[in-house]
Amino acid sequence: MTDMTEAEVRDEVRAWLQENWDPNLGLVEWRNKLADTGWGMPAWPKEWYGKGMPNSYATAVEEEFQKVGAIGVARAGIRMLAAATLLEHGSDMHKEKFLRRILTGEDTWCQLFSEPGSGSDLAGAVTRADLKDGKWIINGQKVWTTSAHHAQWGLLLARTDWDVPKHKGLSYFVLDMTQDAVDVQPLRQMNGHASFNQVFFTDAVIEPEFMVEGLGNGWKIATTTLMHERRGADGLRRWAMGTDRPERAYAEEREELAHAMAPYKWYPQRMGRVDLVIQRAKETGKYDDPVVRQEIAKLLTLAKSAEWTARRARAAQVLGRNQGPEGSIGKLAASHVARLGNHVHTMISGADAMLTGEDSPMDGVIAEILVSTPAISIAGGTDEIQRNIISERVLGMPKEPRNDTDRPFRDVPRNMIR
Amino acid sequence: MSFSFTDEQTEFRSVLRRFLTEKSPTTEVRRLMETEDGYDPDIWRQLSQDLGVTGIHIPEDYGGQGFGFVELGIVLEEMGRALLCAPYFSSIVLAATTILNAGSEEQKRELLPPLAAGDSRATLASTEENGRWDTAGVAMTATQAEGGYRLNGVKSYVLDGHTAELIVVLARAPGTSGDDGLSFFTVAADAAGLTRRRLNGVDDTRKLARLEFSAVPATLLGGEGSAAAPLAKTLDQAVACLANEMVGGAEALREQALDYAQLRMQFGRAIASFQTMKHKSADMLIDVELAKSAAYYAATVADGDGEGEDELGAMASLAKAGAAEAYMQTAIHTIQIHGGIGFTWDNDTHLWFKRAKSSEVFLGDPSYHRELMLQRWQD
Repeated sequence: MTDMTEAEVRDEVRAWLQENWDPNLGLVEWRNKLADTGWGMPAWPKEWYGKGMPNSYATAVEEEFQKVGAIGVARAGIRMLAAATLLEHGSDMHKEKFLRRILTGEDTWCQLFSEPGSGSDLAGAVTRADLKDGKWIINGQKVWTTSAHHAQWGLLLARTDWDVPKHKGLSYFVLDMTQDAVDVQPLRQMNGHASFNQVFFTDAVIEPEFMVEGLGNGWKIATTTLMHERRGADGLRRWAMGTDRPERAYAEEREELAHAMAPYKWYPQRMGRVDLVIQRAKETGKYDDPVVRQEIAKLLTLAKSAEWTARRARAAQVLGRNQGPEGSIGKLAASHVARLGNHVHTMISGADAMLTGEDSPMDGVIAEILVSTPAISIAGGTDEIQRNIISERVLGMPKEPRNDTDRPFRDVPRNMIR
Repeated sequence: MSFSFTDEQTEFRSVLRRFLTEKSPTTEVRRLMETEDGYDPDIWRQLSQDLGVTGIHIPEDYGGQGFGFVELGIVLEEMGRALLCAPYFSSIVLAATTILNAGSEEQKRELLPPLAAGDSRATLASTEENGRWDTAGVAMTATQAEGGYRLNGVKSYVLDGHTAELIVVLARAPGTSGDDGLSFFTVAADAAGLTRRRLNGVDDTRKLARLEFSAVPATLLGGEGSAAAPLAKTLDQAVACLANEMVGGAEALREQALDYAQLRMQFGRAIASFQTMKHKSADMLIDVELAKSAAYYAATVADGDGEGEDELGAMASLAKAGAAEAYMQTAIHTIQIHGGIGFTWDNDTHLWFKRAKSSEVFLGDPSYHRELMLQRWQD
């Protein structure tokens, strides 16, 4: 398969779609076909629902799907992080049991990493897993857990050993979220939405075979998940668009996306909504104000430069070149854009910036920008952590001196929570 | 729209970088900036004859290499990085581009080959003592006289105006204003009635001059009264070029600051190990990379390929405003990271700091370009 040219791959997928794509199939039935043939995840190995193709061909396959409006495998939520992690580290049993139902969209997943006492310092997790009578018993609390309220399965990072340094005492589990010992509560944010959850475990149970890759390997595997998360964050997310066509598969996909995307309604606003700026300035008459014009131009300069930097990074990746520094700065640049977007929208709105909801511009969309942008410089790695990563990994500057890696975790000073 | 350089372009860049690293170390920059002419004729000959960069964006029909603004941008980025002292921006970016945009076929065939070959050096004199970069600032008059035209007035902030052998001058018919009545003229450096004086510049690596014209004989370049459009295009292209030159300088500074932070020991550790230095360095990387992306984009748009031409004005201004802020900010950070030694004459940082300052203003400062950019923004 790898010795095929891209044109040959395109021909083959086109022919297969012509033969097989039927928008009146049920979504699960169609996706099972994708799993059986490998066309859903062509870059995955042949033995696990893929075709073993290089990534660049997978993009070509995706484009051919789009051309005919064919639906791909389920991608919304964090299921693809789960799939990528299990594909790399899971046992054959894990792959057998979980991968297909991820692709068909039958199972929803959540990621149980962050805790109230460990955000940036993820390896400081204190949720505990204790072996009792051959089963793992889980106690503790996780936070910022998207989809936890409707997930069947969770990727759990928990502490199995308190007498070794912090990174070595963590293990990685797949947790059944439907058991009563798992209590999921919504977490309300400063913008009023509750897109995430807090999850409390009181003697939750995990069968021993649901540990991933053995005792004490949790940090390494979590790193894989996080790497895929970071990569996915730069993605174009075309798959989240859906279509309004009437056939059964499209209707089911719409429902699936609506369900998955509901918590993220405010996400465009947290980016600062640069796209609304000129239109809003014209509506309010501020487009003629030379001071406002300067700020708008600064914002457009920043936003466009960030966009082109991301495209440089992607172009380098497609060409298989070493990614330069341009690949590491997208997240920080997005924070700058969002903050400046907030500032400019405030200038444009004037006194209306004090109002929200139906009393405010665009039925509250502008107000939502003004109270949502602080999220972007925290979620998925704070600006400060991003700067550490850039300075250490890209610029080769010395690592921060640490107080927590050379001693048993139980002796490391930590937060009072639990 | 391409967002990466080809292997050939990357190789071209490394050849240039090797050449400039060898030929334009800061010892040479310091030597040349103290001279009246401000460049080394021998290096100029090598640049033009061995490397062919003086003809890089000039079509082969006019003696050039026939490449575009992306390649020209690479040349400028590398020259900006090395702080090369040479009349390249004046002769190739400003004068040759003006002749390309405004000249008749015959004039291009006559005027461009010596510039492309580096045998002659030219400049563009458009700005006057009011320091305006737009056509409203042009007061110099051109009156028809026996055998041609006579120019009267003063041009200022003319890049390499004291050494150029050919001067492309923007002037207007008496009684006109704004974009109307503007024409380009060529004037020989030794023309009667022309007085040239080098101005004392903050940035000695780039010489500026004041040119007084008193009934100076001049030859019309291109059509009479129709210079506004080719001028606007030339300035957009030059602004995109300057942005590329600036990001080269900014990157050089960023790397020097990082090298210094890694070496400098205080409180028993390299200052690079302090988080405040690490975060500053990360911010500098972002500033420079974002500015590079915009500069590269502007150069690609300047090459046209059909889709981009209308976009060039806004994109060039965006790139210039972005590069100016990034270059100046990087220079400020670089001095700060060096501490006291960064404020000394012997330390090289001020050489780039001053280039950043002159480039920030040359062809229009960031506020000016932000306003221009919005006026020409296409949604």
